[in-house]
Amino acid sequence: MPKPIVELRDVTKIYTLGKNRIYALDKVDISIEKGDFVTIMGSSGSGKSTLLNMIGCLDLPTGGKVMINGTDISRLDDNGLTLIRRNNIGFIFQQFNLIQTLTALENVEMPMIFNGTSPKMRRKKALELFRRAQLPADYEQHKPNELSGGQQQRVAIARALANNPPILLADEPTGNLDSKTGHSVMELLQELNIAGTTVIVVTHDPRLEEFSNTTIRLQDGVICSETC
Amino acid sequence: MYAELAKRNLKRQSIRTILAAIGIIIGVIAISSMGILGNTMKLSVTDSFADIGDKLMVYPAPGEGSITERQIDQIRKVAGIDKIIPLNSHGERVEYKNEETFGSVYDIEKDGLEELAELEQGRYFKSGSTDCVLGSGIADKLDITVGSKIVIGDSKLRVVGILKERGLGFDIDTDSGIFTSPEMYGKLYPDDEKGYDSAIITVKDINELETVQKDIENRINKKDELITIFATNLITESIDGVFDAISLFLIGIGSISLLVAGVSILNVMLMSTMERTREIGVMKAVGASRRDILTMFLLEALFLGVAASLIGGLLTLGGSYMIISFIMDDAAYLLKFSNIIYILEGVFFGIATSLLGGMYPAWKASRMRPLDALRYE
Repeated sequence: MPKPIVELRDVTKIYTLGKNRIYALDKVDISIEKGDFVTIMGSSGSGKSTLLNMIGCLDLPTGGKVMINGTDISRLDDNGLTLIRRNNIGFIFQQFNLIQTLTALENVEMPMIFNGTSPKMRRKKALELFRRAQLPADYEQHKPNELSGGQQQRVAIARALANNPPILLADEPTGNLDSKTGHSVMELLQELNIAGTTVIVVTHDPRLEEFSNTTIRLQDGVICSETC
Repeated sequence: MYAELAKRNLKRQSIRTILAAIGIIIGVIAISSMGILGNTMKLSVTDSFADIGDKLMVYPAPGEGSITERQIDQIRKVAGIDKIIPLNSHGERVEYKNEETFGSVYDIEKDGLEELAELEQGRYFKSGSTDCVLGSGIADKLDITVGSKIVIGDSKLRVVGILKERGLGFDIDTDSGIFTSPEMYGKLYPDDEKGYDSAIITVKDINELETVQKDIENRINKKDELITIFATNLITESIDGVFDAISLFLIGIGSISLLVAGVSILNVMLMSTMERTREIGVMKAVGASRRDILTMFLLEALFLGVAASLIGGLLTLGGSYMIISFIMDDAAYLLKFSNIIYILEGVFFGIATSLLGGMYPAWKASRMRPLDALRYE
């Protein structure tokens, strides 16, 4: 059996709010195989965002182990975490989070700057990703605020794919989109998943479940059975 | 691309950027123009002293009456001496057409005078003659022209030449001098003791000034202190020192404005990092390292600093060109290397200040935790 691409063992995350200790995650064990399409469901405060941040190496667990592509991230320093993020993870946010000063195409190029891709290669790759995200080519030079929400999310997806990450993390990717646009964005993610990328989507929208082959449900920081 | 990003981020808040840049521009102008001001003052003053920095003045030591002929002969043997001009002088009243003024009567050989001063009109006196050459100050004051006769004591002297105005000097006061031959001087002051009041020594190589001075001292002051020698370049050096101090003081005042500009850069960059917190979070999430973020923000500060400092430098160059040519009728001073240095210095400090001001915000941005930054509203 191949090693899971994402593996959480006994992961606990405790936030201290004043005198109170809040268990955002309590002894969570998760194993995600390469090529999976996973939705993480749960109401707000269930710990699903914390879980996603952990997998995305934006946050470290208080206890337990998080393995990304075979690396235990809890032992890494800031630079190590940056490298994992840069090479293994593509982020898609609810608010798209595009850089407003850059054109759509430059936003897609941005992650490639950080890993030192040459400007020529960046441009070439970005154009290719533009097509892959089904964005009209004449939108390249538009600034993000000149694009519709759906288009912005597609630019964000193209950006997430820039460094060929094996894992795509999406935090409520349809949260700011109408249902039709949201559906087409999910179809794009599905397509990418079929092409081999592991996709992990955090949402509280049960309609997204149909795209995934695995669903993890969280409640109060604990994984619960199918129906909770 | 970092550069491109930095440029665009500066443009994003263009008014703020321009205001911060103006701070730096003013700072650069302040320190470089203050430096230039001080330095130009120094240059113009030392220029008027230029020809006196290369001589040795010999006086009798305190308690000694005069420099003897023998001592002069001894000095003559020292290597490196170009000319030795022994002098006597007397403060004296000069009369011409019922007007009078004060001057110094010098006895000097013709070639000695030629060495020390230039003629404006007329000629030098012949050796042994009873004629005299006047300094321009006396000639102007009493309206004396070449060919006139002036009265000193009971004697009448014919003026055969008038010297060019030379300005302040530390050897002899040529502008208010009356120069005549030792023979005539002897007639004017028959009671003077033998020997000389002072001697002016010129050297072949200005760099040898000190060696020559030591040699003379060794030769003559072997047993007792008979003469005192001082080098006129010591005086110009101390004048240089005074003006350097003035320049430094002025630059110090100017640099306060640069300091203020640095603080405003700090402020602007801090605001900008706060505003872009979320953006920084996104960049970190997609793989920007601390170093990437640091580079980006420092580049912004650098661009701002370079652009503003260069503008400041150019404005200083243009502004001081106008001011200096207005005040001094000659802008050549400005183009002296020592002035250009002040502009370069201003530009350098401007850039350094911007970088320094940008350092803390850049560091702060680079240390932001990506998760916190992403959540920032």
